[in-house]
Amino acid sequence: MAHSIDNANVTRRDFIYVASATAAGVGLAASLWPFIDQMNPAADTLALKEVEFDLSPLVEGQIVTIEWQKKPVFIRRRTAAEIKAAEDVPLDQLRDPQADKDRVQKPEWLILVAVCTHLGCVPDKNNKGEFGGWLCACHGSQYDTSGRIRKGPAPKNLAVPPYLYLTDTKVLIGAEPKPAAVVAEHG
Amino acid sequence: MAHGNYSYKPTNAFMKWLDSRLPIVRLVDESVLKFPTPKNLNMWFTFGGILTFMLAVQIVSGIVLAMHYVPHETQAFDSVERIMRDVNYGWLLRYMHSNGASMFFIAVYLHIFRGLYYGSFKAPREVLWLLGIVIYLLMMATGFLGYTLPWGQMSFWGATVITNFFSAIPLVGESITQWLWGSFAVDNTTLQRFFSLHYLLPFVIAGVVVLHIWALHVPGNNNPLGIDVKGPQDTVPFHPYYTTKDGFWIALFLIVFAYFIFFNPNFLGHADNYVPANRLVTPAHIVPEWYYLPLYAILRSVPDKLIGVILMISAILIWALLPWLDTSRVRSNNFRPIMKQLFWILIVVIFLLGYLGAQTADDSNLVFFGAELPIGKLLLSQLLTFYYFAHFLVITPIVGLWETPNPVPESISKAVLAKKNGGAVPVAAE
Repeated sequence: MAHSIDNANVTRRDFIYVASATAAGVGLAASLWPFIDQMNPAADTLALKEVEFDLSPLVEGQIVTIEWQKKPVFIRRRTAAEIKAAEDVPLDQLRDPQADKDRVQKPEWLILVAVCTHLGCVPDKNNKGEFGGWLCACHGSQYDTSGRIRKGPAPKNLAVPPYLYLTDTKVLIGAEPKPAAVVAEHG
Repeated sequence: MAHGNYSYKPTNAFMKWLDSRLPIVRLVDESVLKFPTPKNLNMWFTFGGILTFMLAVQIVSGIVLAMHYVPHETQAFDSVERIMRDVNYGWLLRYMHSNGASMFFIAVYLHIFRGLYYGSFKAPREVLWLLGIVIYLLMMATGFLGYTLPWGQMSFWGATVITNFFSAIPLVGESITQWLWGSFAVDNTTLQRFFSLHYLLPFVIAGVVVLHIWALHVPGNNNPLGIDVKGPQDTVPFHPYYTTKDGFWIALFLIVFAYFIFFNPNFLGHADNYVPANRLVTPAHIVPEWYYLPLYAILRSVPDKLIGVILMISAILIWALLPWLDTSRVRSNNFRPIMKQLFWILIVVIFLLGYLGAQTADDSNLVFFGAELPIGKLLLSQLLTFYYFAHFLVITPIVGLWETPNPVPESISKAVLAKKNGGAVPVAAE
């Protein structure tokens, strides 16, 4: 309002101006929302929630990349040496401290969202980098054998997706684990 | 309008009738054909015309490409190949559009550097400069969206990396990124909205260009001497003088453009973009298009995601402060002995950053023409990034106060005539 707030000068007309402008403003904001929200993931996209994977063909040391929710997921059958390397790292050496046991349900099987937490590239599964895990060639982030960030610009560890062992050799990625199982939700 | 004593006079009854109802002929006559323009503009002032021309080329070639392109993840790559192989003159239209984007950026960088050198950003042209920055940002967005559309490996991973810049925002970054994607990763939903926006933004650019020209026409053009127009003796009408000059330089520019289209159409692109997008494998060495390389080097110079992204964005936004950071009374670097050197140093720094932006992301020593230099790439990018920001934030304000500029000429016409007669340029008494 152009004039000063002085009760004597406030008229019913001022009230109508403010009330109508407010109502129009709220209406405009509300009508904008569908135009904004249409860009969020649609129902069919959200429905791509779970994918089943058979672990049995993997040999020790092998890494495969599968697709879950349009994202690549690494499944790595770790060797005993890789497991030990991951477990032996003191947590205070880590940028995003997390114990290896909080990142796996069974130590032999490391399941990770293969999206570098820097700018979203897929780390190179053929280049294990300085820490035996992965090197992301885009901007030089390096991960260890637990998929934890050790060097380079990425701020966080590779995310662990929710997954559930259907049998000893079958996992359902995207499904919440049974309450008994220990898994760290991360990222 | 600067010194516009001229006014349009309709010549016949119909023109008078139209002029009193829709004065469109008057608008064109007064603000284009007869527009008083400093008589001393050199070739660096023809890039406005070149850029307008390139915007038209991109819009026309883009509209026809959209008649053949299919914005779907399963068909986009093949539809581009179909344009290249089967559509009549499709190869020409696509190479025109893809190389046209690069030529557009070459022209805009020269246009910006011209503005920096001759002080075109200084009062009273600050709003003109700010609108130019808006156009440049819109061009960056449009170029990025367009590069995604062929859905090759570089398209896909470029889109992934750039959209992930938003994930650096604390707390809401992840939600914003998924909102941009419409998914959990770049996918078909993303491609379709990118196509929609890529079609829209050039028209937004055209709209801001109108504002840019409007803001140009209030104070009138700057000129190589950087001094104000003092009267009609300092100007010539835009037509035929600058329509001819712009036309000549557009023709030369088209020769360079044609060289790329017809003889080296993929020189400025990347071979990996002829590999269809694969969401499970990132190419070993991803680089952005050449026009983003200096910014990319700034992004990578910091081993921290959020700070890297902030620095990269600031590298452009800092230009918006320049009219107030430059403390010198003199516009043109022709009369600023120190700033002139610093301008060229800045250009070299930007080129070096661009060179580093194209290198692999490791901290090995720089190898330049086969010789290994005793400096790491990371350290060098950090030093150059530091200098880049220091140039604007520290050097420019201090040099403006400390430097003694050379005397500027008394007027444009006197300087022009003195140059023609080979005599000394009369300087303004102060």
